[in-house]
Amino acid sequence: MALKRRDFLKGAAALGAGTAAGFPHIWLKSASLAQAAGGTIKVGVLYSLTGTTAIIETSLNQATILAIEEINAAGGINGAKVEPIIEDPASDPATFAQKARKLVVGDKCVSVFGSYTSASRKAVLPVFEKYNNLYWYPTLYEGRECSKNVIYTGAVPNQQQKDFIPWLVKNFGKRFYLIGSNYIYPKEENNVCKILLKKLGGEVVGEEYVPLGHSEFSSVIQKFKDTSPNVIFSTVVGDSVVALHRQYKAAGLDPKKMPMASLTTSEEEIAAMGGEFAAGHFTSAPYFQSYDSPENHKFVEAFRKRWGKDKVTNFVSEPAYFQVHLFKQAVEKLGGKDITPPNIRKASWGQEYKAPEGLVKIDPKNSHTYLWPKIGEAQSNGQFKIIEESKEWVEPLPYWAYPGQVCTPDGLETKKT
Amino acid sequence: MTDAINQLFTGLSIASILLLISLGLAIIYGTMGVINLAHGEFVMLGAYSVWFLQKFLGIGLIAGLVFVFIIVGAIGWFVERTIIRHLYHRPLDTILATWGIGVILQQAVRLGAGAELRYVKMPDSLTQAIPIFGVDQSAYRIFILLLTIALLVATYYLIFRTQFGMRLRAVTQNPEIAKCFGINTARVYSMTFAYGAGLAGIAGALVAPLKSVAPDMGTNFVVDAFMVVVVGGVQSLLGTVASAAVLGQVSGVIAFLANDTLAKALVFFGVVILIRFWPQGLFAMKMRRG
Repeated sequence: MALKRRDFLKGAAALGAGTAAGFPHIWLKSASLAQAAGGTIKVGVLYSLTGTTAIIETSLNQATILAIEEINAAGGINGAKVEPIIEDPASDPATFAQKARKLVVGDKCVSVFGSYTSASRKAVLPVFEKYNNLYWYPTLYEGRECSKNVIYTGAVPNQQQKDFIPWLVKNFGKRFYLIGSNYIYPKEENNVCKILLKKLGGEVVGEEYVPLGHSEFSSVIQKFKDTSPNVIFSTVVGDSVVALHRQYKAAGLDPKKMPMASLTTSEEEIAAMGGEFAAGHFTSAPYFQSYDSPENHKFVEAFRKRWGKDKVTNFVSEPAYFQVHLFKQAVEKLGGKDITPPNIRKASWGQEYKAPEGLVKIDPKNSHTYLWPKIGEAQSNGQFKIIEESKEWVEPLPYWAYPGQVCTPDGLETKKT
Repeated sequence: MTDAINQLFTGLSIASILLLISLGLAIIYGTMGVINLAHGEFVMLGAYSVWFLQKFLGIGLIAGLVFVFIIVGAIGWFVERTIIRHLYHRPLDTILATWGIGVILQQAVRLGAGAELRYVKMPDSLTQAIPIFGVDQSAYRIFILLLTIALLVATYYLIFRTQFGMRLRAVTQNPEIAKCFGINTARVYSMTFAYGAGLAGIAGALVAPLKSVAPDMGTNFVVDAFMVVVVGGVQSLLGTVASAAVLGQVSGVIAFLANDTLAKALVFFGVVILIRFWPQGLFAMKMRRG
């Protein structure tokens, strides 16, 4: 019997109505409040395990699971076990949003740990703001964000560069060439760099952005040779990092005279490009695997034992690890009552934890984290030698480059000048 | 003066890499009319093959080139035999099919070898910079340039001076008449596709130490390769060379004067205008297609 259009429309309408009635949380806002009850605390783990950024996000997933297992082995949080719900958004921001919705609305997680790229964070932000949930974001980023539903445990530009730029100027000179990938993160970092250089009397001899994934740097290297900067401030990401380093060395340039200073080259990228191409260049980050502290040794050992003895830890997987412990302390403080995302957020303010990099604290003013910037020189064995480290923790100022704006616990405020 | 020499070499280097990647595609497209969107993935397979040879069998880059040619050529031959040969009269379907093959190859490599960036070692003898006319140039880039010229000469020899090449040219001109003359067109097509794939593999292997090895590295290359082939004119080896030289030098110059993003945009824009006025490319073969 042929399906008449009328019958089809009736059937579809009935199905739609049935779905809406059967899943009230789609349109009832109050039904989406995530509450933890009955002995387990559900958290979402949202890192790409496949796709272009899977390379680094897998390590974030592994660090998160390691921390959760440690917490559960020690008895959980006030006796309740932490249950991770792992989703794979496949390096696609749209899928990030979809999976985030599933974790927040469907699984009713009280918090979600996730994201590496700013694009994926921006994609999931509406989900967390609409359902008033909590997102823990461990990756260094460009700042300029102040969401009431995110806790940021990665470094912002003022923490990355406040000591780095003066050190570079002092040790190498005042002429900087800025090269970055063509998107918001390098542009904001370069903005901060230029402000700092101006204060130090430095000079920007070139500023350039290459397409994401670009790998042909012969023109760029020619410009390096032409303008003779003292420092190449590099914010290229991904494949471009590897290509740039290799072509730099193949062209005969010398890191002792014209080093590349970057915020994004980690132990993972060095492994991909080959130690001899990385040697002699510098990175600024709050964490390096080679950092000598008892907490770090314990972390690296535990990570290797759990995931493989050839694994490396890096300055994104370390925050992914310690943020789970900060979460645990916040939930513990609630004492088993009313474990909801807004309460966890308030309880996390001021929490301190002895992370592998040092003692970290969540800043109540802007939900960012006090961190310990360090400067490392890449070695040919794939690790970093720590040349300088900050004597005290550095306050996070996500709007440092924008004096008219400040991040407060209630959101972004514009100062009346 | 140093600037000019530097610029010349930058352009030559970019051009040689472009030519290396496009040569295989030019042969496949020029002789068989097959739009092979999986060409970038053959390049990627070449890079992964050389990584595999280096990491697990300890064979260096230069020694491994022959194996890479054979491995990727064999894969190309297999692809042609199973899928492409059924689609010779359906060019639109070939596009879809080769795109699908490209996706499958990419994901297969991702599942098999993992998504991490892989490290291919540059031969120690070529890591230095050698002075040419008083200016330091990367020895490895010069090696690529020389090898590209060698491959070009070998391809020219193959097509214009051997029996196989003659059969290939006959089949390109008119497959039906060629069959009447007793040429096994199916075999010629398979071998040609395999040769084109093998060249792409060598391109990937050579480019790997200079760039990085990732499952999705092929996508960028296939776009550049098609640009070179379209601008140069189908079925013209000389056209491909000229087009690679022009596009390479032009993008090098614009990138130096402005930046790489603008260079890419302007080069594409230039290609669009060029195609508008010379739809057959720079060196079109004037002949009737049977």
